[in-house]
Amino acid sequence: MNPPDQAVPSRVRIQTGATALPTGATGTTAAPAFQPELVFDARGVSISYGAKQALAAVNLGIRRGEITALIGPSGCGKTTFLRSLNRMNDSVPGFRIEGSVLYHGHELYGGNVDQVEVRRRIGMVFQKPNPFPKSIYDNVAWAPRNLGLRRGLDERVETALRGAALWDEVKDRLKDSALGLSGGQQQRLCIARAIAIEPDVLLLDEPASALDPIATGAIEDLMHSLKGRFTIVIVTHNMQQAARVADRTAFFSLETGGEKPVGTLIEVGDTTQIFSDPRDPRTRDYVTGRFG
Amino acid sequence: MSTAAPSVAGPGARAGRISPLRKRLDRVGDRMLFGVCALAALIAGATIVLVGFQIVHGASPALSKFGFGFVYETTWQPNFGEFGAGALLFGTAVTSAFALLLGAPIAIAIGLFLTLLAPRGVRGVVGPLVELLAAIPSVILGFWGLLVLAPFVQAHVEPFLHSTLGFLPIFGAPETTGLSVFTASLILTIMVIPIIASISRDLFQSVPPELQDGASALGATRWEVVRGIVLPTTSSGVVAACILGLGRALGEAIAVSQVIGAGSTIQASLFKSGDTLASRIALQFPGALTELHKASLYYCALILLVISVVANVAASWIGRRFSYSGAVNG
Amino acid sequence: MSAPTIPDPSAPLTPSGNLRRRQLVSRAAELVATAAAIAAIAVLAIVIWTVASRGIKTIDLDFVFTGYPTGVGPMLLGTIVISLVATLIAMPIGVLIALFLTEYAGARGVRSMKMVLDLLNGLPSIVLGVFVFALLVDHKQQSAFAGAVALAIIELPLIARGSQEVLLLVPKGLREASDALGVARWRSVVTVILPTALGGIVTATVLAVARAAGETAPLILASSVFDPKSFSVNPFEALPNVPVWIYKLSEEGNPEGFNEAWGMSLLLVSFILFASLGARALLARSKRKLSQ
Repeated sequence: MNPPDQAVPSRVRIQTGATALPTGATGTTAAPAFQPELVFDARGVSISYGAKQALAAVNLGIRRGEITALIGPSGCGKTTFLRSLNRMNDSVPGFRIEGSVLYHGHELYGGNVDQVEVRRRIGMVFQKPNPFPKSIYDNVAWAPRNLGLRRGLDERVETALRGAALWDEVKDRLKDSALGLSGGQQQRLCIARAIAIEPDVLLLDEPASALDPIATGAIEDLMHSLKGRFTIVIVTHNMQQAARVADRTAFFSLETGGEKPVGTLIEVGDTTQIFSDPRDPRTRDYVTGRFG
Repeated sequence: MSTAAPSVAGPGARAGRISPLRKRLDRVGDRMLFGVCALAALIAGATIVLVGFQIVHGASPALSKFGFGFVYETTWQPNFGEFGAGALLFGTAVTSAFALLLGAPIAIAIGLFLTLLAPRGVRGVVGPLVELLAAIPSVILGFWGLLVLAPFVQAHVEPFLHSTLGFLPIFGAPETTGLSVFTASLILTIMVIPIIASISRDLFQSVPPELQDGASALGATRWEVVRGIVLPTTSSGVVAACILGLGRALGEAIAVSQVIGAGSTIQASLFKSGDTLASRIALQFPGALTELHKASLYYCALILLVISVVANVAASWIGRRFSYSGAVNG
Repeated sequence: MSAPTIPDPSAPLTPSGNLRRRQLVSRAAELVATAAAIAAIAVLAIVIWTVASRGIKTIDLDFVFTGYPTGVGPMLLGTIVISLVATLIAMPIGVLIALFLTEYAGARGVRSMKMVLDLLNGLPSIVLGVFVFALLVDHKQQSAFAGAVALAIIELPLIARGSQEVLLLVPKGLREASDALGVARWRSVVTVILPTALGGIVTATVLAVARAAGETAPLILASSVFDPKSFSVNPFEALPNVPVWIYKLSEEGNPEGFNEAWGMSLLLVSFILFASLGARALLARSKRKLSQ
C-alpha cells in the first residue's frame, strides 16, 4: 500500500515531463501554455440542462495541493460546475456541456474516457451525509474491496478514519451500523470513505451545511490537514468558511445577461485578495454582505 | 391553494345557521356512513373466517379418518377409499420450487433492467408488457402450454437435457407427450416472473438516489452499485416478493392441471407426469362421487389454504421487519 | 502489474488497475438483465401471437352470436352475466372498505385491514371454488351466482386497494373546505369526495373485472354443467361461460374443439388486454389530474 507521502514526489517527477494532449480541442487558435501545476483547467465551460442554461463560459484553473472554494448565492451554478469535474452530471437528463475541462492535461469529456476511472481519481463528498446502511468498517472498506485493495485493508481503513479525524471516536465500534453515528460523524465517515481509495482530488459539495457549528469546525480543521495530500475543491455558501479554509476562491453569481439568469464566474483569485480587495464590484457587494 | 368548495351546503345553511332537523339528519347520515363502511370491513374479515370454516368442515370426514398421515401417505385410490396427499405435496413442492429457482433470478434481473438500465422510453413500454404477462388467464396459458410448449419441450428441450445432464436423476428419459412436471414448472415460472418483477422494480426504485450517487462517486461500476447497495438494501423486500410469487405458484390449479399429465406417484425425474394439490382438486372435484373422496379433496384445499395464509403472513412480516430504515447491519 | 496500485493521476483516463475486468463484469450483468427482459417479452409475444394467429381463423359473426355447435355466444353472454353479478357484489363493498381506510380507520385499523385484503388476495382461486361449492352448491345446485360470489372475493381486494389509492389523492383542500363550511362528513363524501375519485374507482373496478374474467377454477366447481346451446341470463342456474368452456375443450383432445378454444381465447385475451391497458392509462391520467 502506498503511503500518501510517497505519492507526492512521484507526481512531481512525472509532471515536469508533462505529456499533455493537444489543448486545441476547443478550437481556439492561441491556446495558453499548459501550466504544470493545474489539476483542472476549465476553458469556456457552459452547461445546460435541456433548454435551460445553468452556467455560462467558465474559465477556471484549479491548482494542485490547494483548497479552492467556489462561493456565490444559491442557484448560481457552483454545484453544477463542481459535479461536472467528476462527471456526476452525466446521469442528469438533458445535461450538455460545451467547452473543455482538462484534468492533468487530458480532456475529461473526451472520447475514450472511462467515467468510473474518473470518479476513482476524483472523489466527492456530498452535502447531506449519505453513509451506506452497513457497518462503519464496511463503509470505508467497500470501495477499496471493489478496487482489489484487499491487502492491508484494516490498516487502510484505520488510516482513512484517522485522516478524517474519526478514528478515536469509532475505533471500538467499527462493526456497528454507520447509521448510528451523529450527523457530523457521518460526514467525516463519508470523507474517510472517499480518502480510503487515495484519490487525486476531493470535491466537497457544501460538506458542512447540514451540520451544527461544532461539527462544522471539525470539518474545517480536517480540510487543513488533508490539504497537502489532495487537491480540494469546495463549494460553500458560507463566506467565512471560505475565508478560513481556502487558498483560492472563485466567486460565481447569476447574471441576467440574455433573457434568463445564468450562472457566471465573476472573479477568481487568492482568498485574501478576494475578501480584502476584490477587483469586481459584484464580488465586493457579495463579500461585504451587501446582497445574498 | 385550497380550492373553492362547491356549494354542497344547500339552501338555508349559511355558515352558523343550520336547522336542527338538518343537524339531526347529518348526524344520522354520518353514523350510517361509518356503519356501512365498518360493516364492509367486517364482511371482508368474516369472509376469510368463513372460508376457513367451510373448508375445515368439508374436510372433517377425511381429517378424522386419515389424520395427519394424509400429508405423507402417497396412495390415492378413490375406488378403495384410500387417500394420501404425499405425492401431491411432493408435486406441489417440486413445481413451485422450480418456478421460484428459475423465475426469481430472472424477475429480479428484469426489475434491475427496468429501474437502472432501461432509458425512460423503453421503461415505459417494457414495464407494462411484463405486467401484461400476469394478465393472461391461466386457462389460456395452460392451453398454450398444452398445444405449443409441451410438444416443443418434448421434442427439443427434454431430449437435450437428458442427453447432456442425464446423469442427474431429475433429467430422466422423456415421456411421449410433453405433459410433465417439467412443463408445468415452466408454465408456473412464466406466471411467477411478473409478480416478483413488478414488486422488485418498485423496491429498486425506492433506493435513495443519494446512496447510489455516493457509491458511484467512489469509482464503483454499475454492477458494483447494484451488488453493494441496491440489492442489500432491498433484500428483505425482494424475499417477501419471492414468497408472494411462491404463494401464487403453490395455488395454481388450472394451468398446471392442463400440462402436468395427472400422474399419481412420486418420481425423481422431472420429465415424468405428476400432480399437485391444486391441480388434483381441479381435476377430480367435479367428478368426485363418494363423500370420502370429496372430503379428501377438501383436505387438499385445507392444506393449500394453510400454505397460502402462512406464505402471505411471512411475506408481510419479512417485508415489514427489515424495512430499509437503516435496520440492516453489515 | 499483479498488485493493484494507486493510479498515476496524470495518466490518461482509461481504466487502470482492475477496472477493465470490473467493467466487463458490469457489462455482462447488464447483458443478463437485458436478456431477461427480452426473454419475458418474447414469451409474451409468442403466447399472444399463437392465440391471435390461431384464434382469428375461427372468429366470425356466427361464432360470436350463435350457440353450440356453430358458435359460443351463450358462453360470452354467461361470462358477461357472471362478471356483472360479481362486480355488483364486490364494487360497493370494495369502495366502502376504501372509504373505511381513508376516512375512519386509525393506523392499526389500516394495518389490519391491509392484512385482511392481502390474505383475500392471496387465496388460491381453487380454494375459493371449493368454498363457494360448500356454501352454495353442495346439496343444492350449481349456479352462476355461486361462481360470481367467488369472483367477487377475487375482485374485492383489487377494487378496495385501487379505490383507496385514488381516494388518498383527493386534495386535502376539498375536505378541509367542506369541514370549514360545517358540512357533514357523509355529505362531503357522497357529493364531493366520491365524485372526484369516481374516475379512479371505475378504472380500478375495470382492472379487477379484467382479472376475474379469466378465472376458471371457481367456475369449474360452481358453473360447469350447462347447456352450451341456450342463451340464458338466469344467474341462479349454471350459466355457460368462456373460461370453463375453453378448459373443457382443451381437455377433450378434439382438433375442432381446439380451434373453437383458440377463438374464445383470442376474444378473452383481447378483452383483458384492452381493458387492462385502457384502464391503466386512464388511472394514470386521473391520478395525475388529482395530484395537480
